[in-house]
Amino acid sequence: MDAFLHQVLAGLATGGIYASLALALVMIYQATHLVNFAQGEMAMFATYFAWSLINAGMPYWPAFLLTVVFAFVLGVVIERIIIRPVENAPVLAIVVVFIALLVILNSVTGWIFSYTIKVFPSPFPAEPIFGKYITSHGGGAIGVTLVVLVLLYLFFRYTPLGLAMRAAAQNPDSARLVGIRVGWILALGWGLAAAVGGVAGMMVAPIVYLDPNMMGGVLLYAFAAALVGGIDNPAGAVFGGFLVGVLENVLGAFVIGNELKLAVALVLIIGVLVVRPSGFFGKVLVTRV
Amino acid sequence: MAAFLQVSKLHASYGPTRVLHGIDFAMDEGTITTLLGANGAGKTTTLRALCGMVKTQGEVKFAGERIDGKATEDVVRKGIAHVPDGRGTFVDLTTEENLRLGAYTRKDRAAVNGDLERVYGYFPRLKERREQQAGTLSGGEQQMLAVSRALMLRPRLMLLDEPSFGLAPLIVQELFGILRAVNQKEKVSMLVVEQNAAMALELADHAYLIETGRVVLSGTSDEIKRNDAVRRSYLGY
Amino acid sequence: MSRRQLILIAVLLLAACALPFLVSNYRTFQFTLALVYSIALLGLNLLTGYNGQISLGHGAFYAIGAYTAAILMDQYGMPYWATLPIAAVVCLVAGFLFGLPALRLEGLYLALATFALGVSLPSLLKYHHLEKWTGGVQGIVINKPEPPFGLPINADQWLYFFVLAVAVLMFVLAWNLLRGRIGRAMVAIRDQHIAAEAMGINTAMVKSLAFGVSAMYTGVAGALGAIAIQYVAPDSFNFFLSIVFLVGIVVGGLASISGAIYGALFIQFVPNIADEISRAAPWAIFGIFLLGFVYLMPMGVAGAVRAGLARLSRKAQNSHTGST
Repeated sequence: MDAFLHQVLAGLATGGIYASLALALVMIYQATHLVNFAQGEMAMFATYFAWSLINAGMPYWPAFLLTVVFAFVLGVVIERIIIRPVENAPVLAIVVVFIALLVILNSVTGWIFSYTIKVFPSPFPAEPIFGKYITSHGGGAIGVTLVVLVLLYLFFRYTPLGLAMRAAAQNPDSARLVGIRVGWILALGWGLAAAVGGVAGMMVAPIVYLDPNMMGGVLLYAFAAALVGGIDNPAGAVFGGFLVGVLENVLGAFVIGNELKLAVALVLIIGVLVVRPSGFFGKVLVTRV
Repeated sequence: MAAFLQVSKLHASYGPTRVLHGIDFAMDEGTITTLLGANGAGKTTTLRALCGMVKTQGEVKFAGERIDGKATEDVVRKGIAHVPDGRGTFVDLTTEENLRLGAYTRKDRAAVNGDLERVYGYFPRLKERREQQAGTLSGGEQQMLAVSRALMLRPRLMLLDEPSFGLAPLIVQELFGILRAVNQKEKVSMLVVEQNAAMALELADHAYLIETGRVVLSGTSDEIKRNDAVRRSYLGY
Repeated sequence: MSRRQLILIAVLLLAACALPFLVSNYRTFQFTLALVYSIALLGLNLLTGYNGQISLGHGAFYAIGAYTAAILMDQYGMPYWATLPIAAVVCLVAGFLFGLPALRLEGLYLALATFALGVSLPSLLKYHHLEKWTGGVQGIVINKPEPPFGLPINADQWLYFFVLAVAVLMFVLAWNLLRGRIGRAMVAIRDQHIAAEAMGINTAMVKSLAFGVSAMYTGVAGALGAIAIQYVAPDSFNFFLSIVFLVGIVVGGLASISGAIYGALFIQFVPNIADEISRAAPWAIFGIFLLGFVYLMPMGVAGAVRAGLARLSRKAQNSHTGST
């Protein structure tokens, strides 16, 4: 029972990280109907930025905030320069562009920082402060995830800009008719998604150690989470994230062993896509013939 | 005297297909003008051309300034509100969120709140449904919402694309009555595209008849009403 | 096929046969690998270029083919050439089975599912319960094939000709397939899915078949690759292999048989050049090439060649008809 609880709570901690990245994916999907295959690498790149700041002597939380801003700007720039030219291109072209972005970010990071694994600090103490079933970092990660989620919710629900973003995502033509600059709003959305991804990266790095390939598995789990919750539903993505995290840990510890954990994500993804593509909470899309 | 809205030799295309072949018309400030014509004549395209939503050639002058070639978002900021066909409701947002979006480009917070109340005054049913998801409103209510959203801009010119579409005649009468009132009280000019020629000619001061992308007839609505060809083809008697 | 095209192909084949006697053993080996990749790219192109189904995980089928060949040779002492048909069948079935649930997925969702396949495969290959077959992390080492009947060529040259022969066979088969009913059905589904169905094409069957055949091609390539390199290990078949294939068909040209060859030459030889441009970030160069091709040359090299030839033939026609 002890071990089970331990796995569930650890699962919630990593689940929070998956939820954040899944949320970033859903945000971009809602606005563009595109799946950002490069979301993980963007998060990873931002985390390396944080590492350089901390390595140069900056204390953790200022580095954290500065990185969030950096990730935001990175997202905006990527949308305006790389994604915009292919916005209306065929799906294959867009997928290729995302993959190219993934590959470039991965490779440039390895080039600048080398591929040796680095330690990334956690802002939370080493001794467990949330009880014996979960590490401080685990509990802290859940806390940070929740703070991010609340802030995003408040932003989208109660600010004019958040309202404009929701409107532009749902109905870009009508949004233009009320004067919303849909192009820039899209870039803003990418910026926010990238910032959320950056937070996820900084939360996961202390656990899996910092290396250019660290987000590969996380991205896969985030995809599974977003699909399970419904690719166009932010709350669903969050639910999916926590669910996937717990499943991964519990199945990995008690059923299939740690080596096949990624295969769990694969099965989940294919399973959801085949059985119920709209996930638990997504809208069932009916295509008109 | 230059007209409030002056359209000269307007051509418009969807890709390689030319739809408007040199439209000319003009409007004075404070008037209601209607564009009539059958399906596919190019009426909707004309409105979309005014808003920069299609590729155009030719000149569009609004209050003395050229707006052809401007992006839709910039045309809106000149004070032109477009109520599109199909209403363009943000179906997943609430009624009130839809209305507030109409005022997105405005900077005067307090006045916006005042306008919200005024709009609820014109359409009390919207006030009842202010927290409801806009997609659950009836067709007539969504049309009122679309018109109200446009009013929230405090526009100088409103473009309405087939506001009577799919609505029961009584509702249309109610709506058109409110449009008349808004035009008279607040001096909002209106350009109304309509297939329902009879009701449009009751509402409007001037009318233009469009056929296959060209203006073929123009005049005051009284003149048009009495025109034999129009009576037979569009008014049914 | 016009007489001019046939002559061109004959010339190319002759040149290909002469090649191993004109260059070093190492170069010959590189060209052998390029041929292997061309078969793999043809497979991916059949699926993505001609049938419109995006796959970001074709490295998985390459791996399955490679491991099939390696296991058969290592554990069951099978001769290398016998492993090819078996690898083909295994991958045909695997591809078909993957294609069945993938039927309902379009565009991005299919890309997502195949992405998951590509990312998770190495961990499956390393799974310790399968170690006695897969050799776990260490992989499997196999022997180099010797030239048969005491032919007066060395092993590298023999390997080259063997792969060349298989490649020619596979290309001819593909060309035949695409010319026929199934090929046209594939393209119809790619271009107008709903109309194709309304016309009576059994889209489910064609799409699954396309997946199966595509996997078969890439799997045969994998088997050949394993034989050529004499070694298989899980980390050689990671997600980046699938990306390499994607780069190959984008650069080479989608929906083009010759594109598979251009693409294969690109992915075999350019990394060496890329390594020289940027010692540490060759993949970034790959990525930039990808972007460049998408923005500037979306039809790939094959498309550019086709356009260039068309322009040349138009000029020739104009000068023939003369001008007054």
